[in-house]
Amino acid sequence: MAVAVSGLSKTFGTTRALVDVHLSVGWGETLAVLGHNGAGKSTLLRVIASLVRPDAGTVAVGGFERAKDAAAARSIVGYVAHQPLLYDDLTAAENLAFFARLYGVRDARARIAEVLDDLGASAWADRRVRGLSNGMQKRVAIARALLHRPSVLLLDEPETGLDVDGLAMLDRLVRTVTDGGAAVVMTTHGMERGLSLADRIAVLAEGRVALSGRTAEVTPADVRAMLTRQYQVAP
Amino acid sequence: MSTYLRAAMAIYWKDVTVEARTKETVFGVLVFALIVTFIFKFTFDPAPRVVALIGPGIAWVAYIFAGIVGMGRTFVLERDRGTLEALLLAPVPREAIYLGKLAGAFTLMIVVEAAMLPVFVVLHDLSFLSLPFAATAVLATVGLAAVGTLFSAIAVQTRARELLLPLLFLPVTLPVIIAAVSSTSLLLEGGGWREVGEWLRLMLAFDIAFLVLSSWAFESVLEE
Repeated sequence: MAVAVSGLSKTFGTTRALVDVHLSVGWGETLAVLGHNGAGKSTLLRVIASLVRPDAGTVAVGGFERAKDAAAARSIVGYVAHQPLLYDDLTAAENLAFFARLYGVRDARARIAEVLDDLGASAWADRRVRGLSNGMQKRVAIARALLHRPSVLLLDEPETGLDVDGLAMLDRLVRTVTDGGAAVVMTTHGMERGLSLADRIAVLAEGRVALSGRTAEVTPADVRAMLTRQYQVAP
Repeated sequence: MSTYLRAAMAIYWKDVTVEARTKETVFGVLVFALIVTFIFKFTFDPAPRVVALIGPGIAWVAYIFAGIVGMGRTFVLERDRGTLEALLLAPVPREAIYLGKLAGAFTLMIVVEAAMLPVFVVLHDLSFLSLPFAATAVLATVGLAAVGTLFSAIAVQTRARELLLPLLFLPVTLPVIIAAVSSTSLLLEGGGWREVGEWLRLMLAFDIAFLVLSSWAFESVLEE
């Protein structure tokens, strides 16, 4: 399994962000995680990325257990967060060069040119991130996450800030990554995008997995009904 | 080069590049140090005899207060833009992140200390230029940066970060502050290596202890 999550729970103060979550994603698969704001989607990704320590449960990425071998797990994970996680006063290329050094990317210059080209961001390579639009920053952020050829790509609402071309590029990218054998876990509010891109889907409600299965077995009506029920339950 | 050193140097070089472009922190810290020095000069207007007595204290108070302001920003900038998460995602030892940030804080403080030297000459007729003073400044600054970098990482995760950093930092660094002021006083009185040797050894021991302790504690400080 590329990602195996078992019995995962996490509480922030009195808020139960994740409650006994069990999920798995195979190599070459995409898992779309849906749910309303505060359902626990981002926390789930942050735990898988080893940014947040769970209160209970286990997470294994590429066979590396987060608790035992976090550095090995991190080395095969690429993570795109809500924020671009880039330095404003460095250029796009300088940002990527910095992260290439942290990840020990070989032949970094060629790899940076390659990912910027893949993301349609080559023209901005020498512009400081501060001067880039949100959409441009998002593309560079995705380039940063892909730089070290991760085996597991975590995308937290990646469509935010992207225009129509950017969304098409994102869809192509997810398919290219999974075609190459890597796994993708993405959170999204776009049910249609999630169902069309993913092999598996999970709906989170108040930190629990309310619905999960293969997208071939789950209809949009099932997902819509689950999300609607959450709205009705919410005060 | 090991992963550890490669990562630490990359982080250090990134911090230096960003600061060289923006000059935000170094100018802010320098102005802060100048203001503290001017306040001492124009509020107390000490006689030359008194200056020799309290001058080292004035200098180190200015350096330390300015250092707190500068080190406070070390992680605030990373936290505000989310780049701290990008550092934590990287498969590098946490100690390397600590070392890189420490080296950046050390460089910032040393630059400010060097820039303030002529100010002390002009305002207080105090000249610190000597090799033993350079050793004092380097050892004291390593200790201050070692503690300040760790506590800055702790403080940035709290809402009262501006308040918390000095409250944690000043009591713990008291031995270094006393050693630095005492060593500088002895040098102004005409002392040399022999007179300040004990204070230098104390600072060296403090530096080693806090470099080891802080490196060890850094990982648990950064985990949510």
